[in-house]
Amino acid sequence: MKQEFIITIYSENHIGLLNRITINFTRRKINIESLTVSASAIKGVSKFTIVVNETADRVRKVVGQLEKVVDVLKAFYHTNDEMVFQEIALYKVQTDTLYDSDQVERMVRKAGARILEITREYTVIEKTGHKEETQELFDELNQFGVLQFIRSGRVAITRDPIERLSEFLKERDNLLSQID
Amino acid sequence: MATKRITGSEAVILSLLEEGVDTIFGYPGGAIMPVYDALYDYDKKVTHILTRHEQGAVHAAEGYAKVTGKAGVCFATSGPGATNLITGIADAMIDSIPLVCITGQVASPLLGTDAFQESDVVGISMPITKWNYQVTNAEEIPEAIAKAFYIAQSGRPGPVLLDISKDAQFQELEFEYKKCTKIRSYIPEQPVDPFKIKEAAELIDQAKKPLLLFGQGIIIAQAEDELKAFIEKTGIPAAWTLLGLSALPTDHPLNVGMLGMHGNYGPNVKTNEADLIIAVGMRFDDRVTGKVSSYAKKAKVVHLEVDPAEIDKIIKTDVAVLGNAKKSLAMLINNVKDNKHDDWVAEFRECDKVEREKVINKDVHPEKEGLTMGEAVRIASEKTQHNAILVTDVGQQQMIASRYFKFTQSKSNVTSGGLGTMGYAIPAALGAQLGAKDRTVCCFVGDGGFQMTLQELGTIVQNKLPVKIILLNNNFLGMVRQWQQLFFEKRYSFTELQNPDFITIGKGFGMAGHKVTKREELSDGIQKMIDHDGPYLLEVVVEKEDNVFPMVPTGASVSDIILEVK
Repeated sequence: MKQEFIITIYSENHIGLLNRITINFTRRKINIESLTVSASAIKGVSKFTIVVNETADRVRKVVGQLEKVVDVLKAFYHTNDEMVFQEIALYKVQTDTLYDSDQVERMVRKAGARILEITREYTVIEKTGHKEETQELFDELNQFGVLQFIRSGRVAITRDPIERLSEFLKERDNLLSQID
Repeated sequence: MATKRITGSEAVILSLLEEGVDTIFGYPGGAIMPVYDALYDYDKKVTHILTRHEQGAVHAAEGYAKVTGKAGVCFATSGPGATNLITGIADAMIDSIPLVCITGQVASPLLGTDAFQESDVVGISMPITKWNYQVTNAEEIPEAIAKAFYIAQSGRPGPVLLDISKDAQFQELEFEYKKCTKIRSYIPEQPVDPFKIKEAAELIDQAKKPLLLFGQGIIIAQAEDELKAFIEKTGIPAAWTLLGLSALPTDHPLNVGMLGMHGNYGPNVKTNEADLIIAVGMRFDDRVTGKVSSYAKKAKVVHLEVDPAEIDKIIKTDVAVLGNAKKSLAMLINNVKDNKHDDWVAEFRECDKVEREKVINKDVHPEKEGLTMGEAVRIASEKTQHNAILVTDVGQQQMIASRYFKFTQSKSNVTSGGLGTMGYAIPAALGAQLGAKDRTVCCFVGDGGFQMTLQELGTIVQNKLPVKIILLNNNFLGMVRQWQQLFFEKRYSFTELQNPDFITIGKGFGMAGHKVTKREELSDGIQKMIDHDGPYLLEVVVEKEDNVFPMVPTGASVSDIILEVK
């Protein structure tokens, strides 16, 4: 049965690696629902967070292939339940809509969103949350007309009490020291 | 350490020499000219083979790698030169062949401008290389080449590609070479887990009907002795995959033959009776397993494998032993009991009897008028005392030669397995000959495959390589025709060829040869070919519509293998 999985990849920060990673999905005709890449807590190591909707077996196999990529340090996969995750969304509305009624302000308060910038012409609102939540705010605001809307890819952190990456790094250093 | 200032292109050559490279296959062109210019001064230290097409260069490098176990090296220019390598790189990727391909690239300021002969070869080759990298600065060259060799040859081997911009080839650098021995993001092989060995040994000791399946992993890990010792200690029959051919002598009493679609009757049928499958250095290709859902259902599965991604990829294992096959087999030998499975082995021999009666005798000792591929293969193997290197193309001749050619030593089988690349044989044979100069190379090719890369006859002649080419001519794309006959109601859609006079073509290239059409000429013809001092083209005109049997039809279970068409 297909379900959402979050694939986390730790890799070197090298040119072309994004392509090397995504072709593993392309080849198996797996759609990437969301992708975020940025520097991790470890210097020189990038972290990919990729969301796919797939069967557990296919996800396990594609993660196995990702780990074979020379510049990949480690790849993990988790279900949504196993991770805490967020997305960030920005909404641009006409500032007039805030003057005309207090409804927009109430929506922002209720959604726990915040206002980033106000000019005479437009106001930028920011909300973090799951996709359903950012979508809900969009649908509400859009009654007054949303000029621009953007949602980020997902970022996620495990619920696991043990930091599996640091365990892995220890194990890997041990393996590397065994190579003569 | 003393360093000297040299150009990037000279650094390429010196780095290759540091890696012990003695042979390079290639084809020059604009963007790689500085490297070729540097090569001009090193012709005493390294042999460069000018092929007639870049595809020839890469297949030759594959052939060289297969018989030596070392990385094959090839050069090509940017754009079309690089794209002509692609088929061979894909072939090497799926068959785990170590290759280091070096391509020239347009000067770095021109990258992305659609410059003359610019193509994004790093992008194009990404899915089919183990690793690739674009060098745009001469300083990077020694380290990139060191890394390329380390990655290509370690763990599960594979092709790597380095794309070097023309300006980097011209730039100067302080040359210093250091071999690569580790990369922090890359673990080439896992250490063998002794607990897994214990678990595997327990299953092996308990099994009543164990069957060992081995692939190229044995040859790559140089685990031939360990394999032999293991099966002799345990009495377990062993079957090879297409790429495992020659890792064990053909006539070893426990060698029960070839697995797969056109493999032997015994190992296919008995796979579904075995209570334990021990798979070593093989990946359960679909041509081996047939229908997966009915594959080896009575068996527990032990998988000894260097590549973790192969575990449970196709067949669920009960015990997975990760690591190098030489090390894992050696540990396994010390943990299993001495055993015999004579009755079980005898069952394979019973199957052999059936296969011999229904298929083999008709193939290798035919009584009908027309010549068969099987008899040509049998005689060539006999006349080389089963010591030759077998190079095959793809199709019927490949299957027939793999079935009937015999082996006495390892690294003697050169074929395109996973990709099934027609046109592979002639260039691969010249590479194999360069890698094993003292051995006889018997290259079997069909009339279809021959015409895909026949330009390399020129390379063979120019370099005086005594390759023996046996062209099995049935005037058909035989394997496709066979499928059309069996599964498409004999609708022979575009499989019949109007062929040229092959011997005249050979003569045009300066290659000796002759054509055999009758049985009484065959044995002497093959002898003449072997005795000839130099390359030789022997055309054997065989039956037009012979089929390869046994056969596991696509989608059928291995135990539903068919021996003949009723």
